Amino acid sequence: MTAQHHDGGHDPNLAHHFESMDQQRQSTKLGMWLFLATEILFFGGLFVFYTVYRGNHPEIFVFGAHFLDTALGALNTVVLIFSSFTIAWAVRAAQLKQIKLLKWLIIATMLCAFTFMGVKYVEYSAKWKHGLLWAGSYNPHLDHEETHDVVAVEGEVHTAEADVEIVEIDEVQHVAEGEFVEPIVTEVAIEPVAEVADSDRSTIAPAAEGPGGLATPEAVVAEDVMPVEPANARIFFSIYFMMTGLHGIHVLAGIAIMFWLLHCLRRGDFDTGHFTKIDMLALYWHVVDIIWIYLFLLLYLID
Amino acid sequence: MAVDTLAADGAAVGNPNRANYLNTGSGVLSWLFTLDHKRIGVMYLVAITTSFFLGGVFALLVRTELLTSGPTIMTADTYNRMFTLHGAVMIFLFIIPGIPAAIGNFVLPLMLGAKDVALPRLNLTSFWFWMIGATFALVSIIVGAVDTGWTFYTPYSTTTGTAVITMALGVFILGFSSIFTGLNFIVTIHKMRPEGMTWFKMPLFLWGLYSTAIIQVLATPILGITLLLLVAERALGVGIFDPTLGGDPVLFQHFFWFYSHPAVYIMILPAMGIISELVSVFSGKHIFGYKFIAWSSIAIALLSFLVWGHHMFTSGQSGITNMIFSALTFSVAIPSAVKVFNWLATMYKGSIRLATPMLYVLSFLFLFAIGGLTGLFLGALSVDIHLHDTYFVVAHFHYVMFGGTVIAFLGGLHYWWPKMFGRMYSEKWGQVSALLIFVGFNLTFFTQFVMGSHGMPRRYYNYVEEFTTLNQASTIGSYVLALGFFIMAGYLVHSLFRGKPAPSNPWGSATLEWETLSPPVAHNFDHDFLAGDPYDIDSLEYDPATQGWVRKDPQSIILPEGGTG
Repeated sequence: MTAQHHDGGHDPNLAHHFESMDQQRQSTKLGMWLFLATEILFFGGLFVFYTVYRGNHPEIFVFGAHFLDTALGALNTVVLIFSSFTIAWAVRAAQLKQIKLLKWLIIATMLCAFTFMGVKYVEYSAKWKHGLLWAGSYNPHLDHEETHDVVAVEGEVHTAEADVEIVEIDEVQHVAEGEFVEPIVTEVAIEPVAEVADSDRSTIAPAAEGPGGLATPEAVVAEDVMPVEPANARIFFSIYFMMTGLHGIHVLAGIAIMFWLLHCLRRGDFDTGHFTKIDMLALYWHVVDIIWIYLFLLLYLID
Repeated sequence: MAVDTLAADGAAVGNPNRANYLNTGSGVLSWLFTLDHKRIGVMYLVAITTSFFLGGVFALLVRTELLTSGPTIMTADTYNRMFTLHGAVMIFLFIIPGIPAAIGNFVLPLMLGAKDVALPRLNLTSFWFWMIGATFALVSIIVGAVDTGWTFYTPYSTTTGTAVITMALGVFILGFSSIFTGLNFIVTIHKMRPEGMTWFKMPLFLWGLYSTAIIQVLATPILGITLLLLVAERALGVGIFDPTLGGDPVLFQHFFWFYSHPAVYIMILPAMGIISELVSVFSGKHIFGYKFIAWSSIAIALLSFLVWGHHMFTSGQSGITNMIFSALTFSVAIPSAVKVFNWLATMYKGSIRLATPMLYVLSFLFLFAIGGLTGLFLGALSVDIHLHDTYFVVAHFHYVMFGGTVIAFLGGLHYWWPKMFGRMYSEKWGQVSALLIFVGFNLTFFTQFVMGSHGMPRRYYNYVEEFTTLNQASTIGSYVLALGFFIMAGYLVHSLFRGKPAPSNPWGSATLEWETLSPPVAHNFDHDFLAGDPYDIDSLEYDPATQGWVRKDPQSIILPEGGTG
């Protein structure tokens, strides 16, 4: 602590209990880094879940990843990396007191964030449409394109591992009554979905290969790669929604902070070259970005 | 306060009505929106004391129910809620924020000779989060309470009909409050130390708070995500912990204890810091083994992350995992014992003053020794199979948490009370109450060691005939304990209005918080410090005029204008 007595004329941004702007900046920065450490640990819990479940049941992840749209995920990755660039530039602009540039860079970052959330919305609604939700609401149903995936045996439908999977979907009755549903490993008739009336959809059990969601037909047709639905595939979607959902909340928080920064900018907070607020948001934003990159790798690019 | 005033008019015993932090600004809003660490500390003190009262009432109801086997005053369902609320309130609302947020908030910046913590707004946010979290917990109590035990173990916590979501959200928010306090303390200790206060010239209470803060920052997020998943489990059915959906309930236990075992050290480390201050002051001696005490705090903080599995010896962990966790658990005993030996060595050949705070130090040493050593019984694999989930465990952690943390908290409260409120309490009643608490505590919980080793399971509503005497003794002990606290509340409140005005330094301590008036002025100090040895008690002498202690050479700790470069 240097003991310089700041009598008058000091920076209005300097709080009374600090000796110098430098001490204040250093303190804020250390605080921010510690906060980011807690953020990483917060997500770290989910990454541990991921590791444990993937270590024990890799097949769930191989299966589940087929339903994520790699193209959209990649688009979002690019968008976020670009926004990291704009916000880093914004810090530089704030240091150089380029207020107008600073404003546009914050706006550009916000646009990226909105784009990200928009793409996320498209992805989520596709999952919603296909019933590819977290375990408790997991109820996959079919799309017209995936007709060839339907595996039906005279109204009674089995997957290769129907014993567990069927429980929550259509065969609840059977299982509840203690009827043993024999896993079927022999070939089964494939019926085109066109012949399934809408009202009959609910009687269709999960397909052996599952619905494709927004995935490209090529990926789905690769029957040698595409495994049959393993037991507890639903857990993949629980992890997917928890991780991307929590990340999405962080993106929304970032957007809110950027609105506030624009307000600060209009108020003239940055006219003096006081860039700490921008710097802190930038650090936060980089962490949000990095977490997404890991999510993209770990959820979308399995195979 | 300028030191020359102190020298000139004997300042220290002043008029408690002069300008100070308590009367700078009035009205509820001046408190609720204050950024002053001292006021935030006092608000926390009121808040956690209220929680302690509430948790204590739940405990007394539990003990009263156990006065006889079979129904005594409540149904079994109510009983389940009562012991859950006792645990949840005491742990999340009282003991985790207790020492750091109440006493630490008040004392830490003063010990640094600073005007405030580094991030005052975050400090207030922490308090507000505490209030919001506490509100959630209260709402949960009103809408049906929780009957899972404070550990929220799945799968029961995902299926019970009680208000788990509200309580879990409350604890989640309280977690942020704890993180913010810890984060603030780390930054403050790193960036706000005065000239001359190197890391190894910090008062040991600051080492205690620092190692606590490390755990708060690194462990609490894990509790956050675990509780969030528990809430998501109940609200949406994400299935992560639900075996019927493919999840793993034991994973919840791992996650819960990955936080909650370190949390035990969040509770005990600042307590050990308090004891380190008090034992030196009231033995009239320099602390013995400063560096060992400082490093052992850090060692405990780091080891605390590696022992969570000892809560799960009976949960089906592999044998090798159990052995590793058992060995690591034993290793925690080393830094803990290092501390105890150094405290004893500090007392050795000291001139010990048996003032109220010192009585709590002696209680602490006695009770913590029992609590710590019985922890080794539980860390031993074969013994634990027998003792797991019995009253032996209940007695063990009450000896550590109550006999350790709460007793040290009370010692610290009595030690800093004159500084906080500028008034002395009745020493005589202080000693009576300390004695009652010591006797009541041992009667309540030593009996539980015996019951537990004879096989009485914890959390049971009924018991077999042979446990009647011990249960009744335990219940009577809890009433004695309550009487001790009742007396304490009486003389502390009395002192606020009628207490003798306190001198600046009533105990003869060399740390910087005693360099300001009691109670301190709003901005704490008028000058910067050149800090010296915080345990150099010989630099002080007793001043009969003020009945306090003053520095022989007041200028020695004042930083000359312009600093020393």
